[in-house]
Amino acid sequence: MNRPLIALLKSMTGSLRDLLPIILVIAFFQLFVLQQPIPNFLDIIIGTLFVVMGLTFFIYGLEMGLFPIGESMANAFAKKGSVTWLLIFAFALGFGTTVAEPALIAVAAEASQVAANGGMIGKSDAAMASYASGLRYTVAFSVGLAIVIGVVRILKGWSIQYMIMGGYALVVIMTAFAPREIIGIAYDSGGVTTSTITVPLVTALGIGLATAIKGRNPMIDGFGLIAFASLTPMIFVMGYGMII
Amino acid sequence: MELLTQIFHTTVNTVYDVIPIAAIIFGFQFLVIRQPIPNLQRVFFGFIYVLIGLSLFLLGLEKALFPLGRLMADQLTNPAFIYDGLESALYTLHWADYYWVYIFAFAIGFSTTIAEPSLIAVAIKASEVSGGAIGVWGLRIAVAIGVAIGISLGSFRIVTGTPIHYFIITGYIIVVIQTFFAPKMIVPLAYDSGGVTTSTVTVPLVAALGLGLAETVPGRNVLIDGFGLIAFASLFPIMSVMAYAQLSEYRARRSQ
Repeated sequence: MNRPLIALLKSMTGSLRDLLPIILVIAFFQLFVLQQPIPNFLDIIIGTLFVVMGLTFFIYGLEMGLFPIGESMANAFAKKGSVTWLLIFAFALGFGTTVAEPALIAVAAEASQVAANGGMIGKSDAAMASYASGLRYTVAFSVGLAIVIGVVRILKGWSIQYMIMGGYALVVIMTAFAPREIIGIAYDSGGVTTSTITVPLVTALGIGLATAIKGRNPMIDGFGLIAFASLTPMIFVMGYGMII
Repeated sequence: MELLTQIFHTTVNTVYDVIPIAAIIFGFQFLVIRQPIPNLQRVFFGFIYVLIGLSLFLLGLEKALFPLGRLMADQLTNPAFIYDGLESALYTLHWADYYWVYIFAFAIGFSTTIAEPSLIAVAIKASEVSGGAIGVWGLRIAVAIGVAIGISLGSFRIVTGTPIHYFIITGYIIVVIQTFFAPKMIVPLAYDSGGVTTSTVTVPLVAALGLGLAETVPGRNVLIDGFGLIAFASLFPIMSVMAYAQLSEYRARRSQ
């Protein structure tokens, strides 16, 4: 056997190991707790095979493409010294990757239903659609803003604790005033915005910046962008619920 | 044949998801940075691999794990299953009668987090940057335990109907206190791990569990109580990752 094939098999074993817990949990509950036959057994085998292959390819591509490009762009921006362009890039990355996020589209549609049932907006489809897209742009804007704030923090070397605590305080204050129906969705929206492709890119960007700038520690300053991106949507969604 | 159309559809959807990201990256690269990308060919193939990988991954999940997971969430929250073994249907359910739901929530939260691709990505980076001080598996297991606790506590909240913000605000207070005592190095990574955990694998399964539970438990409103599990799943890893670092530090100090 040649070497690439062995490497591929090796990483596929790794992916299988990553999936093993899910398979065990589902099998255990299906066989011992619910005691019901598993439907479409063949489909499940094929699907699991796809998941294993997909995970393998994804991690390969991550190290070949996403990580290097994130870091090389961070380096190039740091060398170029144009803070304005860096911040525009940061905003575009946050906004652009969030606005098309399928999970967000689903959550926005559900939120519009909540709002219609709660009597905050009319029950017509048009009113609900405009509420949902307004919410989507609000969240996308807040993620863009979050990445900008995070990048400024890396540039200035501010410590993250107080910024995050300030954010928490804002969330708590807003919770007291936001309509009750929106709170659950607002809290959830923080988690759903960061997708599988955005996370590696944004992480590589942060670490690249912290490495390229003198006096910054990649461990202390490089991480934290995702934290901002999952905090601001909560604040903005509650704000959106209060205004509309 | 049906499989081929499914593959095609999923790939097209993934390409749509990637287009804005690729447009932003390459747009800035060519218009603003104006420098050739090092190893352009390699990076390009990397992107193709990510695309193929994500498509296959999503398709496989949709074919195998999601239908089963949703079905199980439905069955476990089904009143017939919960009432089974109790003397009569007149018996009012106590929160403890939902014990299988909490166990399932814990197990599924843990196992989906282990398989979460974006967490793997962050764990690889963290181990690289820390020079191996933070192990890939150590971080992943710490986060997975956090998600597991978060989701089972979140299910308990749906069953009891306690307002979500009591839990979240208490969680925030614990995070703030822990921040002062945890090793400084871990804090930003811990905050990040909250947002990282909930993506492709966890969200659909967990959302199904929450909605199913809110539908079954008497007196719960699906739209108010069905949401919020994701919030729990992104709060608790912050605590568990800091606790993991605190524990490692404590053990290192004791062995000295």
